[in-house]
Amino acid sequence: METLTNWLEWSPTMLQGLWVSLQVTLLALLFGVPLGLVLAVLSGFKNRVVKWIVIIYIEVGRGMPALVMLQMVYFGLPDAGIVLSSYTATVVALALTTSAYTSEIIRAGLRAVPEGEIEAANALGLKSSDTMRFIIAPQGFRIALPTLLGFAILILQVSSLAFTLGLPELLSQAYSIGASTFQYLSALTLAGIMYLIITVPGGWLVEGLEKRMSRHLV
Amino acid sequence: MELFLKILAAVPMTLLVTLASFTLGAVIALPLAATRRSRFILVRGIGKLIIDILRGVPPVVFVFVLFFGLGADIIRWEPLPAAIVGLGLISAGQLSEIYRGGMLAVHRGQYEASAALGLTGASTFASVIGPQAFRVAIPGMVTWLISLLKDSSIVSTIGVVEMMFIANQSARSSADGLMPFVIAAIMYIALGTPLAVLSRWLEKKLSFGRSA
Repeated sequence: METLTNWLEWSPTMLQGLWVSLQVTLLALLFGVPLGLVLAVLSGFKNRVVKWIVIIYIEVGRGMPALVMLQMVYFGLPDAGIVLSSYTATVVALALTTSAYTSEIIRAGLRAVPEGEIEAANALGLKSSDTMRFIIAPQGFRIALPTLLGFAILILQVSSLAFTLGLPELLSQAYSIGASTFQYLSALTLAGIMYLIITVPGGWLVEGLEKRMSRHLV
Repeated sequence: MELFLKILAAVPMTLLVTLASFTLGAVIALPLAATRRSRFILVRGIGKLIIDILRGVPPVVFVFVLFFGLGADIIRWEPLPAAIVGLGLISAGQLSEIYRGGMLAVHRGQYEASAALGLTGASTFASVIGPQAFRVAIPGMVTWLISLLKDSSIVSTIGVVEMMFIANQSARSSADGLMPFVIAAIMYIALGTPLAVLSRWLEKKLSFGRSA
């Protein structure tokens, strides 16, 4: 009972934190996914230099932990003369990570578009840029959608690491409530539940989409 | 160079956290995966709930709940065991889904044939289904191991002295704030890349009869 009254009392602060978590997640996706699309297209380029730079970028972005990326942007970049607020630094770091991961997801989607579609577009005399824009990209994106959505949920989870930069997101709020009331377990559990309220139905949505899209493929 | 050696010295701790929690998770995931095939809807439901919770809560929040939450008055523990148990349970959630995928890939006929031969449930699993399911699950397990290697960096936040902890500490105490993170990033990539190559190779090697 006491826990519930506490939770009720804390929830406005925690919801504010959740809102910050959602903001940085959405902004990271807003910048990261289009960048991922560009990288996916560039990685298919014939030009070796472009291709290798892109591949190295993707491998580095996927190979390093998101926590390293966050701290590098926030604590490291000021040494290179770039000082960012914790909010901006979080968005930048998460967007960079997002771009590296989503480029691979989108690339797989683009590759899954049947060869015949491309041949048909060529036979109709479409320019290769038009083939990409009207034929491959829309279908590839559709194929990649469930995986991208799954990744979006993952990025919300990763955004909790921004507490190490002092960003007042959900985990920071829960932790500071815990620190001031000494009720860490209760406060952190509420934070966990708030994440679950978004991630679990999100997971079901991804599963549902996957089933729906594979329905006519079998 | 001195910085490099300092971070290098923390690699064993990163590997310990990663491998110990992977092993713990691989074991706990077995009963967890078994619940999903139970005859009883209640067992299936509880299993699914546990897996959803383990997969849905951000790892760092989970580790915080164990270390600061339970640690406040229920169990007083050191950062290292808390980190291994936390990441181990999360691994169990992930790996149980990977196992389940492996079991789903085994043809129904195999179960029916085992039943026709009069094998008990246990020996059906141990000598017919298990080995085939495991083969399908291995690439997914290696992929999770790579994720876990990177996720192990979060345990620096509860004070486990691994690579990220040292990198963060060096960045705060020295004039150069960027270099420690660059070195840490390189180390994580250097540790993860062989695993990624292994995963790709296994996937090719083990995809018998299926076109990859």
